[in-house]
Amino acid sequence: MTVSFGSPSEVGDALKSVNYLADHRTSQIVYLAEALGKPVLVEGPAGVGKTELAKSLATITERALIRLQCYEGLDESKALYEWNYKKQLLRIQADGERGWDAIEEDIFSEDFLLARPLLEAIRSAEPVVLLIDEIDRVEVETEALLLEILSDFQVSIPELGTISARTQPLVVLTSNNTRELSEALKRRCLFLHIGYPEIDREKEILLARVPDLSEELSEQLARVVRSIRQFQLKKPPSVSESIDWARTLLALGASHIDTDVVKDTLNVLLKYQTDIEKVSKDLTVEDGD
Amino acid sequence: MLDVLSGFIQELRATGIPVSMVEAIDAMDALKHTDIGDRVAFKATLGATLVKNIRHYETFETAFEVYFALHRPVETPSDQEDESGGRRLESQPGQAGGGGNDADIQQLINSLMHALQGNDEEMMRSIARRAVEQLAGMERGRPVGGTYYLYRTLRQLSVDQVLKDLVEGVENETSDSLASRLEREELESRVERFKEEVRAEIRRRLVSDRGREAVARTLRKPLLEDLDLMHATRVEIADIEQAVYPLTRKLAARLAQKRKRHRQGRLDFRKTMRRSLSYGGVPADPQFRATKPSRPEVFLLCDISGSMATFARFTLQFVHAMSGQFSKLRSFVFVDALDESTRFFAVGSDFDDALARVSDEAEVVWLDGHSDYGNSLEMFYDRYAQDLTARSAVIITGDARNNYRSPQAEYLELIAEQVRAVYWLNPEPRGYWNTGDSVMRAYAESCAGVYEVRNLRQLESFIEEFTVPNLIPRTRSITPGVRVT
Repeated sequence: MTVSFGSPSEVGDALKSVNYLADHRTSQIVYLAEALGKPVLVEGPAGVGKTELAKSLATITERALIRLQCYEGLDESKALYEWNYKKQLLRIQADGERGWDAIEEDIFSEDFLLARPLLEAIRSAEPVVLLIDEIDRVEVETEALLLEILSDFQVSIPELGTISARTQPLVVLTSNNTRELSEALKRRCLFLHIGYPEIDREKEILLARVPDLSEELSEQLARVVRSIRQFQLKKPPSVSESIDWARTLLALGASHIDTDVVKDTLNVLLKYQTDIEKVSKDLTVEDGD
Repeated sequence: MLDVLSGFIQELRATGIPVSMVEAIDAMDALKHTDIGDRVAFKATLGATLVKNIRHYETFETAFEVYFALHRPVETPSDQEDESGGRRLESQPGQAGGGGNDADIQQLINSLMHALQGNDEEMMRSIARRAVEQLAGMERGRPVGGTYYLYRTLRQLSVDQVLKDLVEGVENETSDSLASRLEREELESRVERFKEEVRAEIRRRLVSDRGREAVARTLRKPLLEDLDLMHATRVEIADIEQAVYPLTRKLAARLAQKRKRHRQGRLDFRKTMRRSLSYGGVPADPQFRATKPSRPEVFLLCDISGSMATFARFTLQFVHAMSGQFSKLRSFVFVDALDESTRFFAVGSDFDDALARVSDEAEVVWLDGHSDYGNSLEMFYDRYAQDLTARSAVIITGDARNNYRSPQAEYLELIAEQVRAVYWLNPEPRGYWNTGDSVMRAYAESCAGVYEVRNLRQLESFIEEFTVPNLIPRTRSITPGVRVT
């Protein structure tokens, strides 16, 4: 059965038990989401653990995770529901003798409905965690599809009527903030921005996520990453990159970090050639001093 | 509580953050599930329910600090301070105006150094408290902004010197450049935290002196996109610069969607027939040909003389970041002569480098380095007119202050005849146009539009309108905004 929480700190502890280190703010907002039954809109740069938050939530609440990956061109039939045309056609052809009214009633029943993630989350008998990933990728018009679900937890199907949620799903939306989301959507959500973590928390995350990492190395790693984030970069390294980097360094057997090590492994942290050049140039200048 | 909260929401609205009624109610609801004694949780709750845009968060934080400042007795230093700070420092009301004596200050500086080295937050906080008490010279009822007190406190503590000493100490210890760099940054971030403590302390005292509303009003900062580009301070410029790139990415995404909506072309018969097979020959799902979006060719001319430099910088940055939206983009810079600057902004080049090279290498000064629009336009016409086509658009940025030289508007007229349209972006308030040496009127006649562009928001909306072609006027007869006549 599913688990619910008594206080924000319980949320934090539970998340920690699955190796997701949430700060105080995050646990408070997640707790509110559960208590108020409101969706959470999680925003922040790529790779700071937005999707991971939803996954961890599913784990700690022992709910199933239903995921809707958004993309440009996503529409009703992919997100909500679709009538199974082919099956309907077959049905009509199978008994052409019967009257139209009977057939119509028949082919617009739940048997011919293909449930897509949103409807599935609503119809589920067990409460679920619904993750709507990268909502900023869909068009503004498509966002409107979500509004009914987000505020009332129901889906209206013209032929069938309104399907209400049997159990309240915990909804998490993520956005990389590539465009402004509509006011209507934002109004219905609690807003949680996850930025790059403070140095201490990043260190803890590294230690939790990369076993075998020494305390000292993680401290150095976190500091270097913070230093690199201060450059004006196209894509500053985020948490997932620093975790990758920690793994790389472990694999290479580096016991501590110096300029050369950083320069050799910079391509793990940075994804643009101009960024890499910029940072390594700056490090070289320091060398010459 | 309700009063404070509604006052707080009023303040948020006054700063430009849109808070709807529903959100206010949500906030009240959410507070029922919040431990109000827990400051972080309290702030998280208000933030999550009231502020839905990360760019507004800083403004929210300032207002929060003012409205929900921690009230604690100001005058009596607690026992804890004695332990951490060493000697007991009495607050001396007589010295409130002038600052403490040298020995006291020196002592504070010493304990600050200790606190910074040991990363002792509790101690930093108590030092901040005492420093403000003794050094800021705050007087009741004096209508001075908080920044003045901050400056005064930090200068007397010589915080910059403290930081420099600490950094030097570290650099002497370690030989590895990376290690010392990291250590330096660590110290810098601690100093930043200390400054934040001082700021908070000043704010607390201001609030208890003048009340929340008044303090919130003086601290109110315009949102980033509303900052006046011409008169931005150095710090603001850095902030704006950081905002430009994400803004252009968002705009590009929006434009792509806008284009798609316009993209429905003619019916694609073959495709429709092919699709109809799965519905037993019924063309249930009509298919359309995609239309190719027409992407304009852009010639951007920027005045980079002294007063216009900041503005030109953002325009160049913005437009070059949007270059994917245009079939061709060439930029030119001028003061009293004109030079092409496209080569500095090649794809993949670093923008700061490019700007530095523009100011070093571009040949824009001919006589005396005062703006001469007439000569620059003439040069543009002579050298580049053969490249202009009916698909080109010319965008000129500048205040049209020609230093009483001849405007030579006939050259702009000639240019305008060859291209689709000429647009002029003027960073001055509309009321200043055509006053003094501004010759905006002479040029406006050749322009399809003259826009007042004073902040990022206006720049963004111009580029948006300009780039998606269906929505902009193609002929010169339609005037956007107010036409200057």
